Amino acid sequence: MSETFEPVIIGFTCNWCSYRAADLAGTARVKYAPNVRLIRLMCSGRLDPTFVLKALAGGADGVLITGCHPGECHYLEQNYKALRRYLLLRRTLTQMGIEPQRVKLVWASAAEGVRLAEEINKLVEEIRSLGPLKWKTSLNGDLGFEKAETVEVAA
Amino acid sequence: MSSNGKPKFAMYWAASCGGCEIAVLNIHEKILDVDANFDVVFWPVAMDAKYKDVEAMEDGSILLTLFNGAIRNEENAHVAHLLRQKSKILVAFGSCANEGCMPALANLSPLQDIFDTAYHTISTDNPQGIHPQPSFTVPEGDLYIPAMYPVVRTLDQVVKVDYYMPGCPPESHQIAAVIDLVIKVLHGEAQLPPPGTVIGAGGSTVCDECARKRDVKAIKKFERIQHVMPDPEICLLEQGILCSGPATRSGCNALCPAAGSPCIGCYGPAEGVLDVGARLMTAVASVIDSNDPNEIERILDGIPDPAGMFYRFNLAGSLLRASKAGWQGKV
Repeated sequence: MSETFEPVIIGFTCNWCSYRAADLAGTARVKYAPNVRLIRLMCSGRLDPTFVLKALAGGADGVLITGCHPGECHYLEQNYKALRRYLLLRRTLTQMGIEPQRVKLVWASAAEGVRLAEEINKLVEEIRSLGPLKWKTSLNGDLGFEKAETVEVAA
Repeated sequence: MSSNGKPKFAMYWAASCGGCEIAVLNIHEKILDVDANFDVVFWPVAMDAKYKDVEAMEDGSILLTLFNGAIRNEENAHVAHLLRQKSKILVAFGSCANEGCMPALANLSPLQDIFDTAYHTISTDNPQGIHPQPSFTVPEGDLYIPAMYPVVRTLDQVVKVDYYMPGCPPESHQIAAVIDLVIKVLHGEAQLPPPGTVIGAGGSTVCDECARKRDVKAIKKFERIQHVMPDPEICLLEQGILCSGPATRSGCNALCPAAGSPCIGCYGPAEGVLDVGARLMTAVASVIDSNDPNEIERILDGIPDPAGMFYRFNLAGSLLRASKAGWQGKV
């Protein structure tokens, strides 16, 4: 395939900072890669790792998690919870054979539209170089596990 | 209906350990009620029967089939399809059929590695390097054994399942209650729950049934149960012992925590939990008492095998189902 691979990235943004940063990037006409689909949460602390796994299992090539800078959470400490969940999730993903670089945590305040755009562009390029994830267990039920395998003997 | 007028009952084991069958026998004298109300037509552990006997039955002629075990190979899948066709009510019985259980931890490894470990490592006495093949020719003809699938699947990933009964194994008092219910339904004294219902379990979490005292959870270090003597009254998670109670379905009366051992998650996802491992990661990460990335990493080093810990019973039933190495079949 000669076409460039366009990764699909699901981005989770915090209502109080990164969502507004993305908004600011938009109103300021800062261009960033259209590969990321943003979903607004009230806080990065709302981010259940289930969301990340569902995105990856359902066809996403990467996930971006964004939240307020440490110490600036609208709900005091919830972005630290996001940080801890992210660090633990990365370890589990590595065991599952998913490159941890596919899931990225970025802190971005409401004023950092340009920086958020840069981070998005950077992530898109990183995931483009990793290639498609194409997780086998897409939620549409196409398992691809139907065929039994013959294990050949190594002589 | 059999010639003796009783509805037919079947129980089958696929990729499982046999503990589910023992749990059924553990209902003690209630097993006589099963015999009084049902004609047991197929139960390989308990009686002699051949697949061709089942194949000869009319479609839908077995009223109730308890299917335990995961789908590991062609034989498991064949019997799952066969029993689905012959049964009115098919119950995914026990953790393996529901969510994969221990057999599904094999989904972390490619099939080749599993065979190599089983037949060619130092602990195996196999001087001729014999390796099982799905087909083999002997002078008398061709022999076939069922081929393995690259990954273990749950029963409902292969056929439609009517009810789910979790547990490793399901608790005997829960089995007895379900049998009582089915008998009442037979006598027109009760109604079956809607299809797809989880039966023989609670709707809440193990924590909800646990009698241990809960206070503030702030963990600086994870302990492994074999290294500590836990306080008999305080929440095990508060003592730094990883406990799967927060994400696991109730129904066992919190047996393990009551005995001083953490919940390992055998009753599967609690109501509304899509992915047990993710929910456990959420719970465990949120009680780590640090905001410093380096210190958090150090504390997380206390969980040496996160995938094995958080998906101990649920890998096949999880969102990812298998590791990449597992579903690719090769590393």
